[in-house]
Amino acid sequence: MGKWDWQVFLQDTGGGQTYLEWLMSAWGWTLSVALLSLVVALVVGSLIGILRTVPNKGVAFFAECWVELFRNIPLLVQIFLWYHVIPSLFLSLRAVPSFLLVVFALGFFTSARVAEQVKAGINALPKGQRYAGLAMGLTLPQTYRYVLLPMAFRIVIPPLTSESMNIIKNSSVAFAVSISEMTMFAMQAQEETSRGIEVYLAVTGLYFISAFAINRLALLIEHKVQVPGTLGGGK
Amino acid sequence: MNLDFAFLNWNVVSAFVAKGLIFSVQLTLVAMLGGIALGTLLALMRLSGKKWLVMPAAFYVNTLRSIPLVMVILWFFLLIPLLIGRPMGAELSAIVTFTVFEAAYYSEIMRAGIQSVSRGQVYAGYAVGMTYRQTMQLIVLPQAFRNMLPVLLTQTIILFQDTSLVYAIGAYDLLKGFEVAGKNFNRPVETYLVAAVVYFVICFSLSMLVRRLQKKIAIIR
Repeated sequence: MGKWDWQVFLQDTGGGQTYLEWLMSAWGWTLSVALLSLVVALVVGSLIGILRTVPNKGVAFFAECWVELFRNIPLLVQIFLWYHVIPSLFLSLRAVPSFLLVVFALGFFTSARVAEQVKAGINALPKGQRYAGLAMGLTLPQTYRYVLLPMAFRIVIPPLTSESMNIIKNSSVAFAVSISEMTMFAMQAQEETSRGIEVYLAVTGLYFISAFAINRLALLIEHKVQVPGTLGGGK
Repeated sequence: MNLDFAFLNWNVVSAFVAKGLIFSVQLTLVAMLGGIALGTLLALMRLSGKKWLVMPAAFYVNTLRSIPLVMVILWFFLLIPLLIGRPMGAELSAIVTFTVFEAAYYSEIMRAGIQSVSRGQVYAGYAVGMTYRQTMQLIVLPQAFRNMLPVLLTQTIILFQDTSLVYAIGAYDLLKGFEVAGKNFNRPVETYLVAAVVYFVICFSLSMLVRRLQKKIAIIR
């Protein structure tokens, strides 16, 4: 084991940059994959979650299938499907960079979980709110837009926060298709420098920091959008 | 491109895939049993009210829950040989890692389960002269297990999916089995598709079973 050797990060990788610079760029890739996937997951997941609660049985069933499909296949297998299978089945997708394929893989995978939360949030509202909206002559989309969703989204902020932190952790699976993110960096730098403990500690620390930052940001949003007098929303 | 699944006959499956499937199931079962045992212990520590027990248990659970599983797998694969002084196979290393890692998640479930048992049950145990150990073992834990059974099983399905991540250290699991078969016959696209279907069928049927179990338990209660 021997002593610590943090200077390993100042060594040249052989490509004209230090390991520290490589680590920073890998952190950037981790954050880009995670944040873009989060956007995909929130947009698609909200939509699917809403569709699961509409009166139309066929639409609700489609949304149900979506959730089951993306929830019951391991993330790594889904990433392989996007990376190896889809481009060879649909030749027009050959030109799409692998970074984007991973973003869709992680985004759709997480969308199933987001949809579950959004559905739970909508169902947590008293049924009377939906009826009241419709009785006042609002259309179904208007009822969702002005009555149900503003409250439902506030309810689901805490579970969505933990999904957002999960997405940072899950972005590590992108190493399997050679995205140069932090886990990939950890594996390669460990092999090249034999200073595995220092390398892993640095990477683990950055994962901690990233997840913690998301947590604080979400808390900030939660406080900003609180509705007075409800859900522990204060005065 | 044309898909051709003909090469995936019984011989190929039993030669490449069966070995991987057996390991994945083994890994899942060992990590489930070990993880629930260790997790229950951690949950009891966290609920003990004694600071010297609460702190280490909370540290254990919170640390492991905030690190990506792939990194935990890599950490153990790096550290175990340094600690025991000799190399350890990827498969064995994976079994240790998953048991230790899943314990953190199972412990959170068991903690919620223990807290779902009403306080009166504990008082009743003490009132009839039972010790702490007897109260926990005979009264609280059986009810906690029962209440949490569906959640514990759902976590196990997630665990089964996560076992595919042993890819990071090259252990031979179900996914690896398919991958090797695909490489040998130069049909990676077909094998990844079949792998996805197999994982889906296993996980979907298990989650249907859990849902049925949940209904059954709910009715008896």
